[in-house]
Amino acid sequence: MRETPLVPLSDWIDRLVEWLVVRYGDRLGEINNWIVYKIGFFERFLSQSIAWPLMMLGFAALAYHASRSPRLAAGVAAAFALIWSLDLWTPTMQTLSLMSVSLLVTVSLGLPLGVLMSQSDRLRTATMPILDFMQTMPSFVYLIPVVMLFGLGTFAGVLATTIYAAPPLVRLTDLGIRLVDADVIEAATAFGATRRQTLFGVQIPLALPNIMAGVNQSIMMALAMVVIASMIGVRGLGQEVLYGLQRQEPGTGFVAGLSIVLLAIVLDRITQAYGRRFAAHRQIAR
Amino acid sequence: MSDVRDIVLRNVTKIFGPTPVRALEQLRAGATKEALLAQTGHTVGVRDVSFSIEAGSCFVVMGLSGSGKSTLLRHLNRLIEPTAGEILFEDEDILRLPPEALRRFRRDRTSMVFQRFALFPHKTVLENAAYGLNLQARGGAERRANLQKAQRWIERVGLAGYEAQYPNQLSGGMQQRVGLARALATEAEVMLMDEAFSALDPLIRREMQDALMRLQAELRRTIVFITHDLDEALRLGDRIAIMNDGAIEQVGRPEEILQRPANAFVARFTADVNRGRVLSAGTVRLQAIIAREHETPQAVLERLRGQPLPVAYLTDADGRLVGALSASALRGAGAGVSLPALAQPVPSASRSLVLERVLPLTLESDFPVAVVDDAARVIGMLPKDRIIAALAAQLAPVEPAPRA
Repeated sequence: MRETPLVPLSDWIDRLVEWLVVRYGDRLGEINNWIVYKIGFFERFLSQSIAWPLMMLGFAALAYHASRSPRLAAGVAAAFALIWSLDLWTPTMQTLSLMSVSLLVTVSLGLPLGVLMSQSDRLRTATMPILDFMQTMPSFVYLIPVVMLFGLGTFAGVLATTIYAAPPLVRLTDLGIRLVDADVIEAATAFGATRRQTLFGVQIPLALPNIMAGVNQSIMMALAMVVIASMIGVRGLGQEVLYGLQRQEPGTGFVAGLSIVLLAIVLDRITQAYGRRFAAHRQIAR
Repeated sequence: MSDVRDIVLRNVTKIFGPTPVRALEQLRAGATKEALLAQTGHTVGVRDVSFSIEAGSCFVVMGLSGSGKSTLLRHLNRLIEPTAGEILFEDEDILRLPPEALRRFRRDRTSMVFQRFALFPHKTVLENAAYGLNLQARGGAERRANLQKAQRWIERVGLAGYEAQYPNQLSGGMQQRVGLARALATEAEVMLMDEAFSALDPLIRREMQDALMRLQAELRRTIVFITHDLDEALRLGDRIAIMNDGAIEQVGRPEEILQRPANAFVARFTADVNRGRVLSAGTVRLQAIIAREHETPQAVLERLRGQPLPVAYLTDADGRLVGALSASALRGAGAGVSLPALAQPVPSASRSLVLERVLPLTLESDFPVAVVDDAARVIGMLPKDRIIAALAAQLAPVEPAPRA
């Protein structure tokens, strides 16, 4: 029999989650099913509806658009061809789908939060510890209640990935806006710009290189969650790694891991190239 | 005296620190700036400044760094709020404007040019110039019209062909031309220029001053220009305020500042100025003896008696210069000789010509240079030693020569 600690925090949390499960479990389950259905649709769209060469060309074109570099475009195409030839196309697209949905959620929540933080020192002070918490708390810890509430599967994966991946975007958005040259902001004020005009017309555009670095960081963090997400029933490359571990097949694990790395490099290079393009005319000439 | 369109500052004081109002009381009770800083940690930025600026003129505030001149300028569009005092634009106290009205005031009635340009690096030259206009634009048609308006200003400041460039593709001088176009394009009546040319190379600075003076001759905006460069102040300013330690030492026209410094500080300040570029023939001229064509040589000689220089200037019926008459020529002439026959050629200088340009004229002739007004009427003379004394700041205050 365990002794009750002075502060029985763990009991409180147990009871809170149990209460939530009893009170809202059914409804949350429904939400989960609906979202899983939608994500599943997207997953099938990526992995089956689009022929793989088309997908490969699409990414190569995106890489070229971002960087104007034929070499990068060719490299991206080669990476996708290698993944296909390893017979890992479907799990890769499943992972890409989870990544895309997580990133969509991350950007649509993280970007506004970062912007708000840049406007209020109090909000920033209040939000910083929460971001630290999200980033450093081991993900299994919040996976327990998430799985209890929403059940296994894609939605829990998206939630866990978003919690882990959002902080860098929020931080870099806030930082990027705060780093905008005070002279330029003074000029906007002197010409009679409203706060909103200054924010959307000057600060956010000038913060874009930093915001793009945040998106890049978020993608890398999200990819790091792929294997952990597979443990709560998310399909994709993480699951392949997990199989390799469970069945003691080092080869299975390696090729899946290699595909994760290739996917990471492709996404990193493309987002970085966009970041550089944004940075082209954002520096103050002196 | 107070024209309706003037800008008037009355007893404007700015104290930086946690409790400026209490510090203000101490300052008014006679505490020095140093004591205030040591005892309460408050810095006096601007101290009891009052002056007025005539609409359509260029008013220069000149002072060393840390004298509070940039702080003072930012009071005029309330980027900085004064601790005490009044600031009137056309008799309206702008310190009473509520936030939204203040924003409209900044947008519609003032514009600003910055020392480090402060252009929007993500906008093209044209978009930068149209910035102030587009803050109030609704819809694409209005934006396009504004871009066209901005285009004209881009051309006026000499940047045609650079519209699609970004600021970081331009040199410093060109960037500040964009800053100037951005400020001019809103057609606000008051243009605040904060050390606008200080970051530029001397040659480029000179070019920009010329460009500004050309535009100003035509546009007649009210310009408040901040600088630490006295030569620039003397060149651009219709009136100049010399600022030191947050307070105004003297306000006056450039030649007043140079020739009648109010105190030792201003005198020390102006000691190194190239007076030849500032003082004009009109401001240092001496009274001249004017002779009419119908006079006899003897009558003119009579009037020359007791004069320091034995020279008279012969003018026609309209007062225009005909030539110089030396005392020796007059003495040698018979009774029947008319004055025009005795007149010798003499160089003349318009009253606004600076001494630097007058000096070479003295080489053309032994006679003092004749000073003439805009209608070529003789209003005085400038002997060589007078010019040299003026250049060397060895001049007693000049009494304006009465009309002959």
